[in-house]
Amino acid sequence: MRLELQKITKQFPGVLANDRISISVDKGQVLGLLGENGAGKTTLMNILSGLYRPDSGKILIDGKERVFRDPAQAIDAGIGMVHQHFMLVPVFDVTESVVLGNEPTKGPLGSFDRATARAQVVELSKKHGLHVDPDAKIESLPVGVRQRVEILKALYRKSDILVLDEPSAVLTPQETEELFDIIRGLAKGGTSVIFITHKLNEVIAVADKITVLRRGAVAGETTPKKATAAMLAEMMVGREVQLTVSRSKSKVAEPILQVQGLNVLNDAGGLAVNDATFEVRSGEILAVAGVQGNGQTELVEALTGLRLVDSGTVMLEKRALHAGSPREIAMAGVAHIPEDRNRDGMIKGMTVAENYILNTYHLPEYSKNGLLNRKAITAATEKAVKDFDVRTPSINTDIGSLSGGNQQKVIVAREFSRSVRLVIAAQPTRGLDVGSIEYIHRRIVEQRDAGAAVLIVSTELDEVLALGDRVAVMYEGRIVGILDAKEATRERVGLLMGGITK
Amino acid sequence: MSALKKFGAKVRVPALSISVALLVGALFIIFTDLEVLGKLLSDPIGALSLGVGRAAVAYSALFRGAFGDPATIEKAFASNGDIQVWARALRPIVESVVASVPLIFVGLGVSVAFRTGIFNIGGAGQFTMGAVGGTLAALFFGGGVTPAPVAIFLVMLFGLIGGAAWAFLPGFLKARVGASEVITTIMLNFIAGQFVFFLVSNFEFIQKPPRIQPVSKELSQFVDLPGILPIASLRLDIGIIVALLTAVAVSWFLFRSTRGFELRAAGLNIAAAKYAGMGAATSIITAMLISGAISGLGGAIVAVGTVKQLSPGIAGSVGFTAIAIALVGGTRPSGVVATALVFGLLQHGGGLMQVQTGIPIEMLLFIQALVIAFIAAPDLTLGILKNPFRRRPRAVAK
Repeated sequence: MRLELQKITKQFPGVLANDRISISVDKGQVLGLLGENGAGKTTLMNILSGLYRPDSGKILIDGKERVFRDPAQAIDAGIGMVHQHFMLVPVFDVTESVVLGNEPTKGPLGSFDRATARAQVVELSKKHGLHVDPDAKIESLPVGVRQRVEILKALYRKSDILVLDEPSAVLTPQETEELFDIIRGLAKGGTSVIFITHKLNEVIAVADKITVLRRGAVAGETTPKKATAAMLAEMMVGREVQLTVSRSKSKVAEPILQVQGLNVLNDAGGLAVNDATFEVRSGEILAVAGVQGNGQTELVEALTGLRLVDSGTVMLEKRALHAGSPREIAMAGVAHIPEDRNRDGMIKGMTVAENYILNTYHLPEYSKNGLLNRKAITAATEKAVKDFDVRTPSINTDIGSLSGGNQQKVIVAREFSRSVRLVIAAQPTRGLDVGSIEYIHRRIVEQRDAGAAVLIVSTELDEVLALGDRVAVMYEGRIVGILDAKEATRERVGLLMGGITK
Repeated sequence: MSALKKFGAKVRVPALSISVALLVGALFIIFTDLEVLGKLLSDPIGALSLGVGRAAVAYSALFRGAFGDPATIEKAFASNGDIQVWARALRPIVESVVASVPLIFVGLGVSVAFRTGIFNIGGAGQFTMGAVGGTLAALFFGGGVTPAPVAIFLVMLFGLIGGAAWAFLPGFLKARVGASEVITTIMLNFIAGQFVFFLVSNFEFIQKPPRIQPVSKELSQFVDLPGILPIASLRLDIGIIVALLTAVAVSWFLFRSTRGFELRAAGLNIAAAKYAGMGAATSIITAMLISGAISGLGGAIVAVGTVKQLSPGIAGSVGFTAIAIALVGGTRPSGVVATALVFGLLQHGGGLMQVQTGIPIEMLLFIQALVIAFIAAPDLTLGILKNPFRRRPRAVAK
């Protein structure tokens, strides 16, 4: 075995993050490490990379026990991490980024030997089939290429055990395919790869061996040949899971949201949404796909009153919303599940009940003469907690202490507590466990069936394809295509996400 | 969690912070004593015992200055209700409470701003301008111009207005053009002091005759706040009652009213407050107005009731001590009142410590600063309780 972790245990206050986890990977093998958020994947990798010390258990490399006191020792042992969030300096070029920290030098003063560095980087990228321009500035590169630079960085440090943490989160489907080719190539060259993900199809596609983690322990081991997606999901969650959203055909009626020639600026003053025109009808879900950062955030903010509309119109039935405040828009019947629930959707430090009334506290049912009606608030929250199956010790618990799934359920409960004509849901299931995802999808489909128009923005292609009655794709601020569910194949949407409209 | 446990969890860090700060203060007393230092090498044990003795004497003086001398109190009980003896016995504790009155007001005032996420450093300036408002009201309406209760009411009202007006400016600037309230309120503190100087040295109807010193006339000839103790020579007036009522009102406002809900939401997460349709600008201005009004009310009450005179330095170090109090008290009204009482005890006790042992009252500032440092680092403070040899995890798993 190239690398073996034996019975790794790590206890944090109140959480057994890793409970006797054993995994192993051979030379030239790809291990898929599958698990939901909170299953202990990240803790395990932090132990492997020397950030944490395990409470007990051993790390063996080529059969010899190793103890990492800090990340430098792990790097020396050949372990290379590629983090989900890249650690690159935007104004450096590729060569500089790759050698940073281990620069070749020349002369008595030890000045940077650029020519050698460049040659080394070119050779390395040729050897492993990682095509990058060594002179390109990082900030000018697309995300997929930046990831290659990160991989090159690890290889430059002679890593032959490569750990990729959720590497496909920021990639288009095509870029993900290219990444898989790179991984296969590396494995063929003798590198061991640990591929961490929560996406079932990806491990089946690329791994030689799969280890599933659940609640800090190994829930099972298998190989892609024996495994099916349904089986892996069950292992991951601990019960049978419905992977597809069951929904009837939509009964599409009159248009509810009509957006015409919408232009929205980003914080820097650039055009973030460029001439968007679309409509969403009663009883249908329009899913907006796109790689993160292509104007989706600004589109949603503009529709919900959080960002000024530069020009264009937004009509909700007969009513103009493009100059509305967040409150006016919410009261007009728009439910908004925000993209970043920690930033916008809830207030940590406040209770579940306070978060439940966050945007309705001013209504007569909850306030009288400027005072909050605590009885009514308690009653309404108790009911919502029950209806939406929020697992919380009490409605007076700080929302910050709930799990992500339960926090999101509070937000969904709040937004669906009003009479809703239009649902705007941005990344409604990001970072949630499979069980909560299932639940929230079902609730959204219920709103559609009740006659609301639904706009879902998601960077997860699976979510877009599972929910959308129609699929719109955003690329660099433009809506580059709107497809019916029938035509919206993974390939077509993927190409549009990359800006290829043919 | 039971109510008692909850209470325990809330006061653990502040209580521990104050105790540890006093302990470190004691070490400071020991190791800054020249006699102790001189003997430290030749006779370490003698030096240390001398130092510990000195610290004990100092803290004993601090304690007697804060709460009263047990011997005197015993005498008072034996005196069969001799007013003079009782007054002497109770004076220290009463004066400690008097010292805490301005701290309660300004502590509550800045807490309202902190809760809204505004770092209002201008407690001193708002307090001073409240004192100006109260003084002017006393001069205009006191001395028999209006009936005494009306005059008292007007003193408080003008105090409120003075403080609120002074806080409005930074609030408005922050809401409108994003001017940092930290800078504007600090600047306005200086301006408020200089404004008082201008008033009390240029206007005959304000300045104390024969117009040599920059102070106002004796205000007790115009308005006197009624005392609340049966012993007239103990100067505890209705100010403390107003302070406690203000604390109750603030608590009510923050946790029961819709406006208070908005302010707390804005303070904890401004992005989510905007998402929920709350106006950020309104929240900022409202919070500053209320914050300033409370500090100003305190200024008026202290100027007219306690000091009975307006002077440029009326605020003293109240502004900064109040920030410490707000933080130690967790910006909770009950916490602020409790902490202000503790700081009042320290302040008044420190006076006796200085007189009896020559340890400067600045020592108390040092202890206060330590309290803030410990409060700001709760993990460090709680860590003191734990086994220092156990390794603590660097982070918590997601």
